[in-house]
Amino acid sequence: MARLVILGGGIAGQTAALHAKKRLGGSHEVVVVTPNSLWNWIPSNIWVGVGLMQPEQVTFPLAPVYKKTGITYYQAKAVSIHPEGDAENPQPFVSVEHTSPEKKGRSEKITYDYLINATGPKLNFDATPGLGPLHHSQSVCTFDHAAHAAKALDELVARMERGEKKTIVIGTGHGTCTCQGAAFEYLFNLEFELRRRKVRHNANLIWISNEQELGDFGIGGMHIQRGGYITHSRIFTESLYTERGIQWITRAHVKEVGKDTILYEDLDGNEKSVQFDFAMLLPPFAGVGIKAFDQQGVDITTTLFAKSGFMLVDGNYEPKPYDQWLPSDWPNTYQNPKYKNIFAVGIAFAPPHAISKPMINPKGTPIFPAPPRTGMPSGVMARQVAFNVTDMMQGKSTAPTRQASLAKMGAACIASAGSNFWSGTAVSMTMYPIVPDFQTYPDTGRMLRYTSAEIGLAGHWIKHLLHFAFIYKAKANPFWRVVPE
Amino acid sequence: MPEQPQPERQPYEQSFYPAVPTRFTKMMRTNLLWQFFRFVILNLKMLRMVRKH
Ligand SMILES: Cc1cc2nc3c(=O)[nH]c(=O)nc-3n(C[C@H](O)[C@H](O)[C@H](O)COP(=O)(O)OP(=O)(O)OC[C@H]3O[C@@H](n4cnc5c(N)ncnc54)[C@H](O)[C@@H]3O)c2cc1C
Repeated sequence: MARLVILGGGIAGQTAALHAKKRLGGSHEVVVVTPNSLWNWIPSNIWVGVGLMQPEQVTFPLAPVYKKTGITYYQAKAVSIHPEGDAENPQPFVSVEHTSPEKKGRSEKITYDYLINATGPKLNFDATPGLGPLHHSQSVCTFDHAAHAAKALDELVARMERGEKKTIVIGTGHGTCTCQGAAFEYLFNLEFELRRRKVRHNANLIWISNEQELGDFGIGGMHIQRGGYITHSRIFTESLYTERGIQWITRAHVKEVGKDTILYEDLDGNEKSVQFDFAMLLPPFAGVGIKAFDQQGVDITTTLFAKSGFMLVDGNYEPKPYDQWLPSDWPNTYQNPKYKNIFAVGIAFAPPHAISKPMINPKGTPIFPAPPRTGMPSGVMARQVAFNVTDMMQGKSTAPTRQASLAKMGAACIASAGSNFWSGTAVSMTMYPIVPDFQTYPDTGRMLRYTSAEIGLAGHWIKHLLHFAFIYKAKANPFWRVVPE
Repeated sequence: MPEQPQPERQPYEQSFYPAVPTRFTKMMRTNLLWQFFRFVILNLKMLRMVRKH
């Protein structure tokens, strides 16, 4: 009996674990190591952050799901990977530290035959002084951050109800942030909610981000056919901001968040500031900081991980300028080149480079989005890797046979812009491929037929449906496999 | 239902240049019949996207 260990029980880890267990049945063991006891459908944290949902509606306990499916569950965090074992035993293992109240702090070794790293991001609030819920700004990255934001928002609204004017700043809290789409959703849900609570006239809303232009979203924006024109998502996005009366600051690296002032550097190197009463700024992401050691105990972290802390896989990591980037730089199988039984999926794998064009200001500060790895591609790559690994475990193949390159994959993304069954809206986007391919599609980098964006109530219905469908699937309820990634 | 915000557009300000939707366009965004149709189309589009990999 072989053992597959999956690190991280988030969107990618849960997808990989359920598919792997379904295919392996009782013949091999599937182990999930994850520090949390609850699973969180992160996209709906947006609605927790404006007080429309409670944390219980976006989470559920993991233990019963793993018990039902026969997956071994360690409530623990991986600390180090030992792909060659140690001096006593050459069997590869992971060192973990327990996080459950009963075993908190205890260490353990878990041996593996195959390892999938799906540990997602470290929310790197420390990159910007004053950033994050422990300091001066809010976050919606976790359900408890979002609940904290909702409480602060309630207090703000109470003041606005008394006639006080308030400035709200939403966006990215560092020049290298990703996940602009999440901040965008929070901004528009908040704007909608302020109107619903009849205090919008007392709010000055400002977007701040590291994008070159609005509508970049870390994917260099996208072109769509609309009204007889092929237009960039910048046009679409600027229109929405104008319609909702929101100002925007782009090309900004937030360098410090004070009690009521955000200091930022722009792409020209100027230092500027913006006052706020309420700010929700996303942190930059890094790898979660797992170390790696060889059999002699020598630190080989740089063999397994990039400087950013994300895991190296089968991408082309040779540094090269933007105009030499190729779709083929992007990984296909997510297999580590040195240790062929190790894979990384979701946010945990190291992208070969950004998707948006790198921009550096005269002071040397990088101000451009890191590439997003959203839910749908994270799920797809997790499923493909789980299929490859289970084939290898069952002796059906000796190497990965399925591929899931972001340069050959499309994505659908629904960004909520106000939550109400009758008057809500969402921006529904599809794109193909995610990483633009200017060789195949010279004008826009993407296939126009499959790349679209529209705003409307239908998108809100879909977003709501996805909330229930993905939680249903993650609970491994009957026919869960019918729900696509 | 929340009232629609009115963009405050001043000449030469940031918000003066972008395209803004007409009342008809805005109305269609929440028109139940049209949005039900778009719901079906969008789901088909997304399924096609899923099948593409
Ligand atoms: C507010 C917000 C809204 C979003 N909205 C959307 C959306 O609408 N659509 C969309 O497609 N995407 C959205 N995203 C992005 C989406 O959430 C991510 O793409 C997705 O969560 C990535 O999945 P993952 O499994 O790689 O990481 P995660 O889901 O973050 O999971 C990582 C898991 O690893 C665990 N872990 C961490 N450290 C360790 C360790 N040392 N050992 C073991 N386990 C560890 C974590 O506890 C966690 O359970 C949103 C993101 C945010 C923050």
